[in-house]
Amino acid sequence: MSILIDRNTRVVTQGITGKTGQFHTKMGWEYANGRNCYVAGVTPKKGGQSYEGIPIFETVREAKEKTGATVSVIYVPPPYAAAAIDEAVDAGLDLVICITEGIPVRDMIRTRYRMQGKKTLLIGPNCPGVITPDEIKIGIMPGHIHKKGPVGVVSRSGTLTYEAVGQLMEQGLGQSTCVGIGGDPVNGLKHVDVLRMFNDDPATEAVVMVGEIGGTNEEEAARWVKANMKKPVVGFIAGVTAPPGKRMGHAGAIISGGKGKAEDKVAAMESAGIAIADSPASLGTTLAKVLGGGGGKGWFSR
Amino acid sequence: MTSVKAGAQKAVIDSGLPMKIHEYQGKEILRKYGVATPRGFPCFTVDEAVEAARKLGGDTWVVKAQIHAGGRGKGGGVKLARSHDEVKRHASAILGMQLKTHQTGPGGQKVRRLLIEEGADIRKELYVGMVVDRGTQRVVLMASSEGGVDIEEVAAKSPGKIHRVAIDPAAGLADGEAEDIARRIGIPQRAIPQARDLLKGLYRAFDETDASLAEVNPLIVTGDERVLALDAKMNFDDNALFRHPEIVALRDLDEEDPAEVEASKFDLSYISLDGDIGCLVNGAGLAMATMDIIKLYGGNPANFLDVGGGASAEKVTEAFKIMLRNPNLKAILVNIFGGIMKCDVIAEGVVAAARQVSLKVPLVVRLEGTNVELGKKILAQSRLPIISAANMADAAQKIVAAAKTGRAG
Repeated sequence: MSILIDRNTRVVTQGITGKTGQFHTKMGWEYANGRNCYVAGVTPKKGGQSYEGIPIFETVREAKEKTGATVSVIYVPPPYAAAAIDEAVDAGLDLVICITEGIPVRDMIRTRYRMQGKKTLLIGPNCPGVITPDEIKIGIMPGHIHKKGPVGVVSRSGTLTYEAVGQLMEQGLGQSTCVGIGGDPVNGLKHVDVLRMFNDDPATEAVVMVGEIGGTNEEEAARWVKANMKKPVVGFIAGVTAPPGKRMGHAGAIISGGKGKAEDKVAAMESAGIAIADSPASLGTTLAKVLGGGGGKGWFSR
Repeated sequence: MTSVKAGAQKAVIDSGLPMKIHEYQGKEILRKYGVATPRGFPCFTVDEAVEAARKLGGDTWVVKAQIHAGGRGKGGGVKLARSHDEVKRHASAILGMQLKTHQTGPGGQKVRRLLIEEGADIRKELYVGMVVDRGTQRVVLMASSEGGVDIEEVAAKSPGKIHRVAIDPAAGLADGEAEDIARRIGIPQRAIPQARDLLKGLYRAFDETDASLAEVNPLIVTGDERVLALDAKMNFDDNALFRHPEIVALRDLDEEDPAEVEASKFDLSYISLDGDIGCLVNGAGLAMATMDIIKLYGGNPANFLDVGGGASAEKVTEAFKIMLRNPNLKAILVNIFGGIMKCDVIAEGVVAAARQVSLKVPLVVRLEGTNVELGKKILAQSRLPIISAANMADAAQKIVAAAKTGRAG
């Protein structure tokens, strides 16, 4: 088991003829069960062509009807990416993973508004994607650093997620699913949504939650964990030393109006029983301690 | 109007930082959307300031320093004048001064532009602002009867005095919502229709220019019961600047950190900080975490620098040059988690950069990920005094030690 995607997921790449879309579709196709998973591509005016044997369609709706794809991944350039999400939502896909970085916030506000009441889930934009190790990889993360195992990972950042995964692997801990929710202020799934899924996933025994300064998503997730989470959670917040008013790369990573400070997030998470890694170098060891501590699986009883 | 350095403008579009403009530029935009402001002229010399006062007429004027930072009044950058002589005196004092406010940092910001405005008859000072709210995923209008003061203090001390409306992106700000919020902040009945139109204009301005912040503090009610925007602060979403050349043209590079402007030309996300350890990292989250761990080990980062996904040798070299311009720099830490980007390529880039700039400060490199062994071999064979680190903790320890002694190891 896993969350969101597995070996049976059928994927359509939106923006498959662009350089980035091509490269990462190929990497995903070559990973684990990817040859069976990547079934379609979409690029307007290029319908009828194919890439690496993957048929290309004019529209997402057509791709879905002809191939059974239920998940899309978007590599469309920023000016057109929000419209690409809209198209996938209108086609009734289950999940849209938008990798594109640099989408105007106003476009995302309108897209999120249109998504109200629709069944489609969105991950991203500006995210590394989702991987269920040894089954399927959708996104730009390096597949080979992962291995199947009991730890769920949810993060707002890309390379910091790889860092977390690298440290887990040093402890001999594989992952159930790793989800990059992205660094933009207006986006799809939040930490809390992904934590809820990990809580219900029998294959996930513990979760690493990586957050960063800006917004109050981590605080909301902490409140939910306190009331509902049955599995241990290890957390880290990046940006403890970031000065207020300066935006640290991610559009979402800014301390403004006294909100979004790392200390507030850490305090909220600690009070929810989340084990905080005080250093970005101790994510793996903190998780190993949480899983190994208390005698076997004693943590299930908390 | 002055000519802004046009050549650099294209590059700054991709800087990855929210774009700011001056108060007088913000007011020019707002007036186009029907927001009433005092009449005024931007000025670059004392003579222009006196001439502006003459053109405006009347018997009181306000001389306002134009810099991209708040708190100008408290810092002495805003003065009332009751004669042309006084306009001249204040303009002479303010133009060229290093204006220090809580937002400028200890060095202050040099004043190069003024706004000369007619004086206003202030009966009441209020606050209105708009930002993108992540919680509701909408633009939120915030308004308060407490204007002319730091709104963050109001939020902390009396949150009940801040009223909010999350604006429907399809319908825009509705008449009823605008009127209701105008009443709540104490705008007199007679001025409600004008306030409603002002708020709706503010929202249209925000929406159509792809703003990330629009703030009028204070919004005033005059003696004759009119509402006026006495100040205007607007920031813009840099991701949307590609469709707003008219906003890009308002950029004032004098107000920006030269290192940050230079970095943006090479698509590097760079922010100057006040420490002495330069950091070069791939990915924003990992770059923040690298700053954090340096601090945890007792050091101080000199910058935030995200080289992004495709860090070529050329980009790394430019990043080194930018970091080395900082006279406080004592050591450089490179922390790369190579995913799609291979460690051997990064290692070659680092070696080439170190050679090209004939690096004199200690360099600690931590590589992880794809082809890491090959990358480490390239660093070792370069015969450059590069200190290799096994992981983030090791890297932090080594860089802090190197910055303290100024030597490798």
